[in-house]
Amino acid sequence: MENFRYLKPATLEDAISGKSEYGSRANFLLGGTDLLIAMDKGVVLPDAVIDLKGISELKYLEERDGAIYIGAAVTWTELLESELIKKYVPALWEAADLVASVGVRNTATLIGNICNAVPSLEGGAPLYVRNAVVFLEGKSGKREVVIQDFFTGVKRTVLGDDEMVTGLKIPVEAKFGEVYIKMGRYEGEDLAQAGVSVYVDGDNNYRIALSAVAITPVRAAKAEEFLKGKKLNPELAAEAAELALEAIAPISDIRSSKEYRIHMCRIMVKRGLAACVSRMETGLPALSTRLI
Amino acid sequence: MNHILKFNLNGDPVEVTVKSNEKLLDVLRDKLGAVSVKFGCGVAECGACTVLIDGLSVRSCITFAVEVEGKNVVTLEGLQADGPTKIQKAFIKHNAFQCGFCAPGFIVSATELISKNPSPSEEEMRHALAGNLCRCTGYQNIVNAMNEVAEDNRKGDK
Ligand SMILES: Cc1cc2nc3c(=O)[nH]c(=O)nc-3n(C[C@H](O)[C@H](O)[C@H](O)COP(=O)(O)OP(=O)(O)OC[C@H]3O[C@@H](n4cnc5c(N)ncnc54)[C@H](O)[C@@H]3O)c2cc1C
Ligand code: FES
Ligand code: FES
Repeated sequence: MENFRYLKPATLEDAISGKSEYGSRANFLLGGTDLLIAMDKGVVLPDAVIDLKGISELKYLEERDGAIYIGAAVTWTELLESELIKKYVPALWEAADLVASVGVRNTATLIGNICNAVPSLEGGAPLYVRNAVVFLEGKSGKREVVIQDFFTGVKRTVLGDDEMVTGLKIPVEAKFGEVYIKMGRYEGEDLAQAGVSVYVDGDNNYRIALSAVAITPVRAAKAEEFLKGKKLNPELAAEAAELALEAIAPISDIRSSKEYRIHMCRIMVKRGLAACVSRMETGLPALSTRLI
Repeated sequence: MNHILKFNLNGDPVEVTVKSNEKLLDVLRDKLGAVSVKFGCGVAECGACTVLIDGLSVRSCITFAVEVEGKNVVTLEGLQADGPTKIQKAFIKHNAFQCGFCAPGFIVSATELISKNPSPSEEEMRHALAGNLCRCTGYQNIVNAMNEVAEDNRKGDK
């Protein structure tokens, strides 16, 4: 790995001015669990690395004004240990529990996960079903982008060269059930072969998101429209699962064949629908119950 | 870029000159003599390089040394400074290592687990240690050792 300039600013302002100075030749550093591996492989060769872990403004995790706010420096372990996340964003909690291993989760962050923007990212589907809003800040000021508009392709986002993600917010819902299901080969280090999040609210509005089966996470709009206002039963769930498959375009790779991904997405959407309805109505199945 | 890095290693303040691109793993092994920390995969998948940073287990193979400025880093050398720990004794009793290469990482990770959850269920310990790989034991003896630690801590609570 080439040597580089290591900067550890104490304020957001300094971090942004450092980034504007170097532009695309600098990378922000949170947990480094994606960045260091890319640097080792020589895929990313920054002249400067800007460590954000010294910035206290990025270290918030709180409920305020009807939303849960998560700062960039919050790790997956901190999300897992948060009662707010468990109660108000349980699908994200379930995703956190499935990211890599304890030793990775202790430093890796949700924000690093979305900024890295691989299709299999664990943070994608749970944020999609909640219409999370991402906070961006750069030299020319702040802007907010809804998560569905944040990703533009494989490892691509709307972030400008001088911009960083400072955090995100997830609206708090009164009556709802949600779930995240990961298909992986084994526990401890494997990326998802496919991921599905399903959400339902008290008026039978459904939201379905799938990851690792297209260049970015996707919402299954047709399936959601089909189910809207209907009380779920197994036949409806089966039909919705077929419609959900129209939203995806999986590839075959080392982790799974295209056919297997499609087959499993059908099953995961069906079971996810049943699970989130039952969670809303009864509180069961408990979090992290194995659904596949 | 060179840095004069200062942090606490196993309770003692250390000062060492490092380049920005040096990994904590290499600095611990090659410059500070903490050779319990192993290079297994170099890409955060095996857990052999696990150390505690401010009490949390971290993979030193994907941590830049400069990131630990001012922090408390603990390796197996620090954990066993006063002789084998309870976890190590249980590992020895249950033959929980064969070649031993994975053992420092396992013991550091297990130490963190027990500090947060003194008597984990078997499912909880398998989940918490899933990121540590062992090529020799097949894991059962490691689980047996950890079950004994958990059981003992459970009794201690009563
Ligand atoms: C062994 C292993 C297993 C893994 N398993 C999983 C898994 O199961 N599921 C999963 O989803 N991921 C997994 N990952 C990938 C990785 O751990 C996650 O994506 C993690 O959440 C990344 O967070 P980080 O804080 O480490 O990001 P970093 O590596 O610090 O940053 C990631 C990228 O985002 C940029 N960046 C960082 N912060 C900002 C910011 N504030 N604004 C703009 N850009 C920024 C960085 O420059 C870098 O390009 C795994 C990685 C490893 C090494
Ligand atoms: S050497 Fe660090 S996890 Fe394998
Ligand atoms: S004892 Fe040999 S790798 Fe675990």
